[in-house]
Amino acid sequence: MTSSLDLPVQVGPANDPLLSVDDLRVRFASEDGPVYAVNGVSFELGASEVLAIVGESGCGKSVTAMAIPGLLPPTATVEGSIRLAGVDLLSLSPKELREVRGKDISFVFQEPMTSLNPAFTVGRQIREVLQRHEGLSKRAAQQRAVELLELVRIPAPQRRVDEYPHQLSGGMRQRVMIAMGVACGPKVLIADEPTTALDVTIQAGVLDIMRDLRTELSTAIILITHDLGVVADLADRVVVMYAGMPVEEAEIHELFAHPQHPYTNGLLRAIPHREKGVEEVARSRLAEIPGLVPSLRSEPDLCPFAPRCPRSTEICVSLRPPLEPTRPHHPTACYHPGEDS
Amino acid sequence: MGSYLVRRVGTSALVLLLASIVVFVGVRALPGDAALALAGEERDPAALAEIREKYGLNDPIVVQYLRYLGNSLQGDLGFSTRTGLDVSQIIVDRLPVTLELALLSLLVGLLIGIPAGIVAALRRGSWPDNVSNGFGLLGLSIPNFWLGLVLILVVSVQLRLLPASGYVPLLENPVQNLQRMVLPAIVLGTGLSAVLMRQMRSAMLETMSADYVRTARSKGLSERQVVLVHALRNSLITVVTVLGLQLGALISGAVITEQIFVIPGFGKLIVDGVFTRDYPVIQGVALVTVFGYVLVNLLVDLTYSFLNPRIRVSGAAS
Repeated sequence: MTSSLDLPVQVGPANDPLLSVDDLRVRFASEDGPVYAVNGVSFELGASEVLAIVGESGCGKSVTAMAIPGLLPPTATVEGSIRLAGVDLLSLSPKELREVRGKDISFVFQEPMTSLNPAFTVGRQIREVLQRHEGLSKRAAQQRAVELLELVRIPAPQRRVDEYPHQLSGGMRQRVMIAMGVACGPKVLIADEPTTALDVTIQAGVLDIMRDLRTELSTAIILITHDLGVVADLADRVVVMYAGMPVEEAEIHELFAHPQHPYTNGLLRAIPHREKGVEEVARSRLAEIPGLVPSLRSEPDLCPFAPRCPRSTEICVSLRPPLEPTRPHHPTACYHPGEDS
Repeated sequence: MGSYLVRRVGTSALVLLLASIVVFVGVRALPGDAALALAGEERDPAALAEIREKYGLNDPIVVQYLRYLGNSLQGDLGFSTRTGLDVSQIIVDRLPVTLELALLSLLVGLLIGIPAGIVAALRRGSWPDNVSNGFGLLGLSIPNFWLGLVLILVVSVQLRLLPASGYVPLLENPVQNLQRMVLPAIVLGTGLSAVLMRQMRSAMLETMSADYVRTARSKGLSERQVVLVHALRNSLITVVTVLGLQLGALISGAVITEQIFVIPGFGKLIVDGVFTRDYPVIQGVALVTVFGYVLVNLLVDLTYSFLNPRIRVSGAAS
C-alpha cells in the first residue's frame, strides 16, 4: 500500500481525494518478453476536478486510464493501488468491478466511429447501461436516454434516439458516447483522447459539453490527451507522462507558466502560438523534441528522457530521478529542472 | 425496409425467370432425341412423328419455352417419361424428405459450428481451440461419401446402433424416421459445421477486438452479455452470408448422401432422372432446386439486413 516513491505535496482539494492512484505499475506479457508500460504512476483526483494526463503516443497514459476500471486485457499485470472513495479497485472481484464500471467510473473512448456498436440503435446502447445499473424499465430507460441526448445537445433527440450510429456524424456519435458515459451519474468520467478523431470545429463543441457536464453533474474527469490545447481548455491540473512514468505534475496555470521538466518545456515549445503573425509562424519551424520514445522492454532505472534531453548529465543516465517538488505544489522528476531560457 | 424487400423480391423473380430459360435450353441441348427417349423401344417413324406432334416438339423453341413457362407457373411440370407420373406430384412427394434431411443437417451444422467457433475464438490457442481447428480441417477435408460409408460400417454394421439405410416417413413413425436420418444428417452436417466453425471463429476474433466490445465492457456488462449480445450479433453477419452459400452445397451434398443411404429424396430423384433420361423430371427438379436456392438467398439477405442496419437503411434510401 505505501508508496516507494516520495508522494508529492498534495495539490487540489484538501479533503480526501475521490480517486487515488498509488505507484501503479502495468506490465504486459508478450512473445518477446515483458513490456513495462506503466512504471510507478501516482496521482489523486478530487471530486469534480478535471485532471489531464498528457504525453505522446506510447507513454502509458491510455494504459493508466484503462487500468483504473480494470479494462486491461488478461496479458496485463497490474500492481500498486487504485482507490475509489477508499475502496481498492484492484482487490475487487471481476463481478464487483463490473458494478463499478459504467456506474461509478465510465469511459469515453477516442474513436466515436468504432466505439458504438453498429448493430444497435444509440437509444438501445444508452438504455443498456441504465437498465444494467439503475434497474430502469425499458420504457423509463428510453425516456432517460432521450433526456441524456438532450443534455449533450443532440438536436431532435426523440428521433435520434432510434437511429443507428452510422446515421450520425462523428461529433454526434462522440456526444452519444458522452451521454452514455454520464448516464448513471458517475463519480469519475475517463475521457481517452475524446476529441482527437474529430474536426477542430467539432472539438470545441464536445469540449464545451464536457465542461458544462462537469459543472452540472459535478463529475470528476480524467482527460487523457496529447493535445495541450485541449488541456488548457478544460483541465484544472496536469500530469505529464513519459515512458510510463509521471515526470511532472502541476496546476494548469503553474504548468504553462513555469514548466520544469525539459520534456514539458519541449511539448510547450511544440505548440504553434496564435499571437505570432502568420509569416513568423511560417518562418520559424515548430520546435520538435529530437529522438524517439525509448522501448519499454525493461523497467527504467535511469531518467528515460536522458537520451533526448539537452540538459542530460552523468547522474541522469545512472539513477532514476524521483518525483519531488521543485516549486510549491509542483513536483518534477528531473535533476536539472527549470524553464528553458 | 419495405422498398428494400420489394426490390429484393423483384430481383429474385428475375433470377428465377433466367434460370428457367437456362434449365429449358440446357435440357434441350442434352444429346439424344427426346422423342426417341419417349418412344422407348418404338422405332417406327410414324409413331415418332406422332409423339413429336403430341408433345409439341415440332414447334419453334420459343413457343415450346413459353408453353413450358406457362405450364410451370400453373404448377404443371409435365409427366415423367419413365413412370408416366405427374412430375409436380413426384416432387411434392420427394421434397419433404430432402427438406427434412437439409434441416437436420443445418441443425447439426449450427449446433456444432457456432458454439465451437465462439469457444475457439474466446479461448484462442487453448486446447478447445486446437480441437476445434483440427475438427474443422477434418470436416472440410473428409468427402461426404467416405464419411457416410465409414459411419455405416462402424455405427450400423459393427456396433448395430442404427439402421444403415432406408427411409420411414416422419409422420408414419417419427422415431424410426429419426433413427434413419441421424447418420445422413451427420454426414451432411459435418462439412457445414466445419465451414461455420471456421467462419464463426475468425469473425468472433475480429469482433472481440472491436472498439464497441471494449465500450460494452466499460459499461459494466457481464462477459456473457458482451459476447452474446455485442460481439455475436456482428459476427453473425459474415456467418449468415457464408451459410447462404453453403445451403447450395447442402443440396448438391444431399444428392450423394441420399444415394449412399438410399433415401428417396430429391437428390436421388435427380440422379435417377438423369440415368433414365427422364427430361421432364430433370427439368422439374432443376427448376424447383433453383427456386429453393433463390428463396434461401432471399431469406439470407433479409436476415442479413436485419443483422446489419446499414444495409437496411442505405437500401431503402437509394
